Amino acid sequence: MMKRTLLIAAAALGLSAPAFAAGETPVPPQLKWSFQGPFGTFDRAQLQRGFKVYREVCASCHGLTYVAFRNLAEPGGPEFSEAQVKALAAEYKIQDGPNEAGDMFERPGRPADRFPAPFPNENAAAAANGGKAPPDLSLMAKARTYERGFPWFITDVFRQYSENGADYLVALLNGYEEAPAGFTVPQGGHYNKYYPGHVIAMPKPLSDGQVEYPKNEAGQPQAPETVDQYARDVTAFLTWTAEPHLEARKRLGFQVMLFLIVLAGLLYFTKKKIWARVGGEVDGHATPPMTHNP
Amino acid sequence: MSQHSTTYVPKSAFGRWFESRLPIAGLVHSSFVAFPVPRNLTYFWTFGAILVFMLVSQIVTGVFLAMYYTPNAAMAFQSVEHIMRDVNYGWLIRYLHANGASMFFIAVYIHIFRNFYYGSYKAPREVLYILGVIIFILMMATAFMGYVLPWGQMSFWGATVITNLFSAIPVVGETIVHYLWGGYSVGNPTLNRFFSLHYLLPFMIAGVVILHIWALHVPGQNNPTGIPIKSGKDAVPFTPYATIKDIFAVVVFMIFFAYWVFYIPNYLGHADNYIPANPAVTPAHIVPEWYFLPFYAILRAIPDKLGGVIAMFSAILIWVFMPWLDTSKVRSTAYRPLYKQFFWVFVAVCVLLGWLGSRPAEGWYVIASQICTVYYFAHFLIVLPVLGFVERPLPLPNSILESVMGVQKGGAGMPAGANAEPQSKG
Repeated sequence: MMKRTLLIAAAALGLSAPAFAAGETPVPPQLKWSFQGPFGTFDRAQLQRGFKVYREVCASCHGLTYVAFRNLAEPGGPEFSEAQVKALAAEYKIQDGPNEAGDMFERPGRPADRFPAPFPNENAAAAANGGKAPPDLSLMAKARTYERGFPWFITDVFRQYSENGADYLVALLNGYEEAPAGFTVPQGGHYNKYYPGHVIAMPKPLSDGQVEYPKNEAGQPQAPETVDQYARDVTAFLTWTAEPHLEARKRLGFQVMLFLIVLAGLLYFTKKKIWARVGGEVDGHATPPMTHNP
Repeated sequence: MSQHSTTYVPKSAFGRWFESRLPIAGLVHSSFVAFPVPRNLTYFWTFGAILVFMLVSQIVTGVFLAMYYTPNAAMAFQSVEHIMRDVNYGWLIRYLHANGASMFFIAVYIHIFRNFYYGSYKAPREVLYILGVIIFILMMATAFMGYVLPWGQMSFWGATVITNLFSAIPVVGETIVHYLWGGYSVGNPTLNRFFSLHYLLPFMIAGVVILHIWALHVPGQNNPTGIPIKSGKDAVPFTPYATIKDIFAVVVFMIFFAYWVFYIPNYLGHADNYIPANPAVTPAHIVPEWYFLPFYAILRAIPDKLGGVIAMFSAILIWVFMPWLDTSKVRSTAYRPLYKQFFWVFVAVCVLLGWLGSRPAEGWYVIASQICTVYYFAHFLIVLPVLGFVERPLPLPNSILESVMGVQKGGAGMPAGANAEPQSKG
């Protein structure tokens, strides 16, 4: 009720509708994520599926250059086994060198290597993609957001809402549709409901059934092989690549909070005891004078 | 312990030998142990200690970050990611440092507005107050340069916009900007000099903080009544009374700080700053950090570039003249019924300016910014001088003790020996 009143008030003040140059951009829906909230953790199976989507779909154009293969086996991530990571790394060709003869050479990847970029340089990436280099995805989940507006940017603090990047990415990947009548999409552009300005260079990357998911005991895919599920899974994976220590952060945060709250409680009573010597702490707010009678 | 002890007598022979050569223990004792503190201070008076904690926290985390950070335009962004991913607890140190800047500003704004409310800037504390304004300006410079160091999009474009302001200065503006940049645009030399200055300025802040505390110990602290300590009964010794209260307040502030660091560490930053700096692509909205927003709104409220720059800097520099612009003889707003209303209007205007600073400079946002800017200056140039003459303040209590007695019976004040015994309280 309160929320609705606030919403109406905000709408009446024109605060909740961020103005974009080219038409209205809808607000991405807020999804449920396993990693949200103070005790959030990643869903390992989801990260592994998300990695599969990245590898089979995104990786042909988008790099993941801040992530090393070894990260995939580290705690708090997809937690592939060491052997899986070793085998995976070996599938990539890494340029190394110079060797003793002074020549650069290619060798199979090792877990310590980072994901090689899909293009040799930014110009090559731009030339192969209609003039604009596809951005690196390592930090994408933290590098994108959407306008929250008043009063949500205040309530977000108390809700610990920090999945705005993830919500935007899922909305974007689901946001490809026919341009509305009267909207001309320029050559090489694609209409996307959620992209600011609606014209995005990237063509619709995902389609239903495109990536095969691991099967469960019943022989059914672990998760639906749909665009929406692919989008959620790859976004969860990219949230991990953007914030690989998210789980450690929240875990340590709980310990720190607990410690500080207990310490503050003890200090409060210590302070009370000390101030009792002078008759207790007084409300420092000035009061009107009264008859002098100490 | 004797009352108002300023003559410290060391107990050991070595202590006496050392004290006669360097009386530092006596200085600490008189400043932080025996120093008389008004007994009616509220938690608003703990923000000095909180700010000292924040300064130390920023310097310590900053020193560790500097061990891994690379101030080079081609490597800075990557080195920050290296800290976030590969350095043990690097994410913690960086989030502490990045959020610490915001916490520092939250604490300093509370400290400044406490000073405005209780008239702490008035005689005899003008120099103490002006030193505080200098610290605030140094903090702003430090924070601005710190935000440039990760070399993300907002770092780069924020640096471009803010340094460009200096080009509005007639005749020498262009030259100044080129010196700031170390070239003809924001680039690697800019990053290098900003890093150097970002490391230097905190130590200058620490120096001015020492002067600020020194100047505080001459007249002593102001208090919610605004009337000075008249007898020992108005005061308690700094240790243990203020010490334990400050420590408690710092720990409570640490809880607040930790909430941001561990649960919403990127809330106060910009998503754009996780995109590496790109001189060829301008972000849709270039917005400074939240703590600059009121001043940014004032800058953009003036249609003329030079005028905007002058207004923005005047908005801070006008604080320096407050002790003389405020003509009221009464310090504490608690006894100034009319000013109390103007004070809260002023707070609301500052918050509104902050919000307007985050909006694009178009439509009614500009008009609202202009109205708020005019009011901001009117508060200092009209409200403060005029109210002193027209306002009838409430009667002041005769002493701090008397104001305290209105709320609670008993109390020994500065305890002298036996009086310091704990007493049971009903």
